Amino acid sequence: MSDVVEKTLTALPSLLSLDSQPGAAKLSSTSKLGNLIRGITELTSKHEEEKLIHRELASIKEQVSSPNTSMRQMKELMVRAIYCESLGYEASFSYIHAIKLAQQGTGLEKRVGYLAVSLFLNENHELLLLLVNTVLKDLQSTNLIEVCMALTVVSQMFPKDMIPAILPLVEEKLNHPKEIIRRKAVLALYKFYLIAPNQVQHIHNKFRKALCDKDPGVMTASLHIYLQMIQENAEGYKDLTASFVSILKQVVGGKLPIDFNYHSVPAPWLQIQLIRILSLLGKNDQRTSEIMYEVLDESLRRAEMNHNITYAILYECVKCIYTIHPKSDLLEKAAKCIGNFVLSPKINLKYLGLKALTYVIQQDPKLALQHQMTIIECLDHPDLIIKRETLELLFRITNTQNVVVIVEKMLEFLRMSTDDYTTIDLVGKVAELAEKYPSDCVCFSYKNYTYAPDNEWFIETMNTVFSLSGDTMQPDIPNSFLKLLSEGFESVEEDRKLRLFAVDSYVTLLKGETGKLPQFFLQVISWVLGEYSHLSEELKPATVLELLQKLLDRKQTSSETKSWALMAMTKLCEGRAGVSVAQQVSETYISSMDTVLRQRAQELQHLSQDSELRARVLPRDADLEPLEVDSSLSFLDGFVSEALAAGAAPYKPPHQRQEELSQAKVLSLEPYGLSLPISMSSCSIADRQSPTLLSMSSGLSGDSTDLSHKGGSTTLKFEGVKRVWGKEGYLAQKESVEEAVQVEAPSPLRSTSQQAEVVGSHSQTPTLTPTPEPEQEKQQLASSLFFGISSQSSVCLMGKSGPTPQRFRRKAKGQSSSSGATEQMSNSVVFTSTTVDNLLCNNPPDSTITSEVDVSSSKHTSELPQGLTAANGTCDIEAELTDSDLKGSSPPLSGDNGLENADPDPHENLDKPQGVCLSSHLPAELSGLCRSEITPLCTLQNLDLSACHVHREDTIVLVVFITNSSDSAVQHIRLDLDSELLEVSCVSESPAKDVRSVAVYLYSLTVRRPAVHVELAGTVSYQVPVGTPQTAQFSYKLPLTAFIRPLTVSTEEYGTMWLAFSHDTKQNLTLINDGQEPLVATLNVLRKKLQLHVVEVIGVEGILACKLLQDQPCLMHFRVHEGALAVWLRSPVPDLPDCLIYHCQRALQEH
Amino acid sequence: MISSHDSLRLFLAAADNDDKVRVDGEPRAALEADVVRCCLSRKKEQCSFVDHRDVRLVYRQYAALYIVVGVTDTENELSIYELIHNFVEVLDKYFSRVSELDIMFNLERVHVILDEMIQNGHVVETNKSRVLAPLHALTKMADAS
Repeated sequence: MSDVVEKTLTALPSLLSLDSQPGAAKLSSTSKLGNLIRGITELTSKHEEEKLIHRELASIKEQVSSPNTSMRQMKELMVRAIYCESLGYEASFSYIHAIKLAQQGTGLEKRVGYLAVSLFLNENHELLLLLVNTVLKDLQSTNLIEVCMALTVVSQMFPKDMIPAILPLVEEKLNHPKEIIRRKAVLALYKFYLIAPNQVQHIHNKFRKALCDKDPGVMTASLHIYLQMIQENAEGYKDLTASFVSILKQVVGGKLPIDFNYHSVPAPWLQIQLIRILSLLGKNDQRTSEIMYEVLDESLRRAEMNHNITYAILYECVKCIYTIHPKSDLLEKAAKCIGNFVLSPKINLKYLGLKALTYVIQQDPKLALQHQMTIIECLDHPDLIIKRETLELLFRITNTQNVVVIVEKMLEFLRMSTDDYTTIDLVGKVAELAEKYPSDCVCFSYKNYTYAPDNEWFIETMNTVFSLSGDTMQPDIPNSFLKLLSEGFESVEEDRKLRLFAVDSYVTLLKGETGKLPQFFLQVISWVLGEYSHLSEELKPATVLELLQKLLDRKQTSSETKSWALMAMTKLCEGRAGVSVAQQVSETYISSMDTVLRQRAQELQHLSQDSELRARVLPRDADLEPLEVDSSLSFLDGFVSEALAAGAAPYKPPHQRQEELSQAKVLSLEPYGLSLPISMSSCSIADRQSPTLLSMSSGLSGDSTDLSHKGGSTTLKFEGVKRVWGKEGYLAQKESVEEAVQVEAPSPLRSTSQQAEVVGSHSQTPTLTPTPEPEQEKQQLASSLFFGISSQSSVCLMGKSGPTPQRFRRKAKGQSSSSGATEQMSNSVVFTSTTVDNLLCNNPPDSTITSEVDVSSSKHTSELPQGLTAANGTCDIEAELTDSDLKGSSPPLSGDNGLENADPDPHENLDKPQGVCLSSHLPAELSGLCRSEITPLCTLQNLDLSACHVHREDTIVLVVFITNSSDSAVQHIRLDLDSELLEVSCVSESPAKDVRSVAVYLYSLTVRRPAVHVELAGTVSYQVPVGTPQTAQFSYKLPLTAFIRPLTVSTEEYGTMWLAFSHDTKQNLTLINDGQEPLVATLNVLRKKLQLHVVEVIGVEGILACKLLQDQPCLMHFRVHEGALAVWLRSPVPDLPDCLIYHCQRALQEH
Repeated sequence: MISSHDSLRLFLAAADNDDKVRVDGEPRAALEADVVRCCLSRKKEQCSFVDHRDVRLVYRQYAALYIVVGVTDTENELSIYELIHNFVEVLDKYFSRVSELDIMFNLERVHVILDEMIQNGHVVETNKSRVLAPLHALTKMADAS
């Protein structure tokens, strides 16, 4: 620690006692705030504090509302109100006065007003709208301080909808002569970018100008915007790399004014920010990475001073070096750096070192070996956070050989942990590990015990996990555990053993003390016993029934667990003894208040009497075919149509009813008496919604879209009734679903993981026996922890051959997602539109400005040719892939480290011919249609994946090509696609038959939720005859425009639809002026680019319509107004208008 | 920093001698009490970072005053640790030898300073004279009138 810090630390205590500060004492004696603070300090109980604050608030309230209060007093009152709020007491009455103070005060009073607003209100508070005018006024003020204040508050919080009102003013400030105003304007724009990115779409070039500003403060501010934008799309900003590098070089070289230094380190936080940006840009990109090697080296060298802040910079450098394309001498230096951190006696540094190690360990497991003894020491460190970080590290280097020891360590920590959050997190990780290696059996010796992650180990680990986790576990853990049990692995015999072992261990558990077992665990136990206890020969059903009955009788058992137990009993009750127990139990619960429990008891009673029926409903060892769930509930169609014929209203989902209810409230103008018969009769004929939807809500839920003018009062009158009915309708639906699910439950879901072959199981209980010499024990522990790594590290890191470290397959689970990064090749497809974007961004109209300034480089136009290739077409281009296109978008294998040089990628040369010939593999029915370019998704050892999407009239088809590029046959290729925003259904799969052939997979895509771009995440897994299964992840991105189709409607239809839609967006767009009538020209561009249908153009107004596939319409209204184009979009689909407006903007910009 | 997550807040916690705690920040009383307890229970030799639910806390102690910052997992803890010190140095410069009382009685000024340094969970200015410039201007204005 530096001298200055030490001095401050030692100086502070003397300053902090009450009496030594005459200035403060003087202040406190005179001001009311002083009284308040002193009052609070002297209090002894929470109760007294409450009383005091309430008294205080009452007095503030009285004074703020008095007309005689001056602004100066008001400021004082506000500070007191802030104080009370910060203590956790509400002072909402003062909010409006805070706004008033900001409006009317001057100088510091105004600032306090703004401050109070920003502290009191959150971003969605409605009072914030009242602030807009004040902000507007202050932005135009001639007083710089007021402008400053307004910009500060804008960059903290501003209502999204009001941005257009002040945007021009803020933009203007970018050219202000004062640096502080420019800086704050940039920060305000950053805020706008965060809350409404499409609003500032058109001023990206101004960000560039800010980046090149002569003042370092303004430049620093613009980096926030760039970091954000590069995180979203690194491809678009590669050309700026050289600029960032040169800025960093200047900062590191001490070119900044001296007051930017912190402890004689030049602008450390700026350096950190820049290094972060660089690491995002250099990720998976060798060319870009090469630009930054030198400056990173320089940073490493400069940061040798012995101070915390230089360590912080070093840490950032190390992370960057391991993120970008590897360079061996930098890696060496970074590794040394980590070593110094980890070995440091300073605890904060040690922590940071461990964190860095955790980050880099996936790229370079050898590093863990170097520091294995330190890691072992950290495992037993008294500070919990160090311990946790170490476990995190171990979690990332788990493989088949060390999983047992690592899991044991994690469980040890779990047993001590008291914090719920940590427990949930760790339990998830242990469960993930345990499930990942359940039956890979590679044995090794550790103190004469053979450890193998086998069946017994798996069950026992899961037992510990369940019993330790309490009831805080994520529900998917027991679910996936049960799934794993029921699906089994490849060998029937192994499955039987596994289940048998589970049954045996659970019976033992139930025979013991069950009081402490969490409910989740009891549920798992009940299910397993019900399903598999027949596997055990010596175990009689009667014994199990007895145990379950005991469980039922316990008071602590929750009713959910009871219903699981009852279900298990239903499966087991055979024989005379069984039936009598069943009868006895069911009688107890048949009158239960809990409906689910009552239902289970009913089932138990009936099924125990009718063994034939039972065998049919609950077949033992049900074949593993999944039952089809009819999610549309079509079996109820008959019932529904009967009900409709009898005069019931069609079913409406609850939210729609709610909406109509609120509409109805507004429109209720007529007397009550008239409306009932009208609504009843018209309901039965109204609105044929899809009959497959369950319609139980009966005639009473009046259909107010049709009848809004006359039926409104009906809904009002029956408000109470309707709710009940609606709910019951909903309930009934749910129950029938449940029934379906219940039948399905025992049968497994489809297999998601391909497990390696099950080898013989070696059963030894893993226990650690202490040896006399602790040091030796540590050594042994180390050797077992790092076993897998040491044996392989010299061989391979990326799965070239031999035993590969398992990869983390599941992406969803917390931390592991980043750990998958080794293989995860994110590859955003370059489309026509995005390429054009790049062009736009890369080549701002005012590139003269950028080239003038010293920090920018001359590289701005280097990407031009790539952009141009696609600049002219919409979607009717051929799959001409230029070489640069392919190379740009196929990322090099990441994390290959030193091996990369030794193993030149053989596929690279094949890329071009492949792209051309792949198109010939398109199915015949798709070949004539327009489609995107075929883009490579990822390249594996044996496989190359490419994809494109084809526009059809009614759907979008995603075509994935899998090419086997190796000489060996590849089996069990599995492709899983998933997306939050898209619904993916497989249309056809044509697996490759031979070596070097192409497999084509077709998927049809539908949009679940609109977004500007929709992304698909996919996993491919396959197996080569010799070797372990391989998996890799990839992603594919489509613009929303791919899903847009013209919607042909008449003007009248348009009018009706317009009124019915609830989601809308308004915005101004720029008109195109190229000779013709501007409106017509603009609309034509939009029509062509976005596939819209022009309904009608009248004078200065035009209406257009389009639909998202699957008939989700969106209507657009354009009006020329003061030289701009005012656009109003409406749609029944949330978010759709926003996304479309974005694409409209894009389309016009590109024009 | 504190990363751009909404869930992250910046607290300024002041604990006085009899261990009764006052927290200045957002009114989430229970969470604050928890956070403060969490930090107070740490020993000197333990590391200055601690996990609290889903937030990692970085704290720094100045006699009885604790300054606590919540960050996400991806943040560089040490840089935040130093940022806290930078903040204290700025306060020190403004109040010329800052004390806990200065902070308590000039809450609004401390907030103004903080607003200059940190916005939307990012470090926006660390240059001491620039951080203080607006506040100095305001004070001058107030004196003049």
